[in-house]
Amino acid sequence: MSVDTVKQPNWFSRLAHPGQFLAWSRYLVWPLAIATLLSFAVGLWFAFLNSPEDYQMGDMVRVMYVHVPNAWLSQLVYGVMAVSALGTLVWRHPLADVANKAAAPLGAVFTALALYTGALWGRPTWGTFWEWDGRMTSTLVLLLIYLGIIALWRAFDDQLKAGRIIAIVTLVGALNIPIIKFSVDWWNTLHQPASVFTASGPKMPVSILTPLLVMMLAFTLLFALLQVIRMRTEILRRRAETLSRQAALQGASR
Amino acid sequence: MIGEGAHIEFIAWAYIGVTVLTVALVAYVVWDSFRVDARLKALDKAGIRRRSDESKR
Repeated sequence: MSVDTVKQPNWFSRLAHPGQFLAWSRYLVWPLAIATLLSFAVGLWFAFLNSPEDYQMGDMVRVMYVHVPNAWLSQLVYGVMAVSALGTLVWRHPLADVANKAAAPLGAVFTALALYTGALWGRPTWGTFWEWDGRMTSTLVLLLIYLGIIALWRAFDDQLKAGRIIAIVTLVGALNIPIIKFSVDWWNTLHQPASVFTASGPKMPVSILTPLLVMMLAFTLLFALLQVIRMRTEILRRRAETLSRQAALQGASR
Repeated sequence: MIGEGAHIEFIAWAYIGVTVLTVALVAYVVWDSFRVDARLKALDKAGIRRRSDESKR
């Protein structure tokens, strides 16, 4: 085969090569950090100082500005992990299992926060911190799946082998996402039906929707920032482990 | 603007919990990143580095 006929990697493959990723992603960290801080500042100003009480819930509506973004991220992060799992199994992409491993603890924290803020919102509005209904139970199951995936990543020394097994577990766990989403439609539940992402558009006034969307943007930017840093850290950790292993082998052969 | 009406403690605890856990998460991610950087620097100081890095020197 001549040099001319060798297939060149496409732009996506080059961009996603671990070394290339380290090179270009460093320029994302500070812009993402600044955008995250600004979004939180604007979002919190709206949430506390420039949004009205709800006519039914009163000031309790302000809990929604931290509950809904965390609930949204609990599912978005799992979506990212499911796509990464496909990347590992179908394309054997070198960054796919790195993305999966990086995202799992972030998803676990966002899910825990969604459950925590939901419980605090539930007590005054429903009269209980917890109810074993479809939405809450399936979200708790999601948290357990995240914790299981984190435990699996820690259980394997061989991270490539772990990546393939965890990709399968991640895809099986993805069945829970539509259950969370549609649980409020399928079963009788204390939880209100969808009011932001509906076919007919958001079912809330602009004065409440605006702070909610800004806070969702802020938390999503925070996830993007932490995901980039964790992916960079994971690539460098694997590099350090490979170097340590090589050094140990060279030392043993002397 | 937020008032001092009923259930203010639930709102306060929600925001305090989110702040504490989010700050802890950010701190962990940054600390982990610095830890790995330090490990790579220690390896480099000991002369253990990738061949591609050596060729750049």
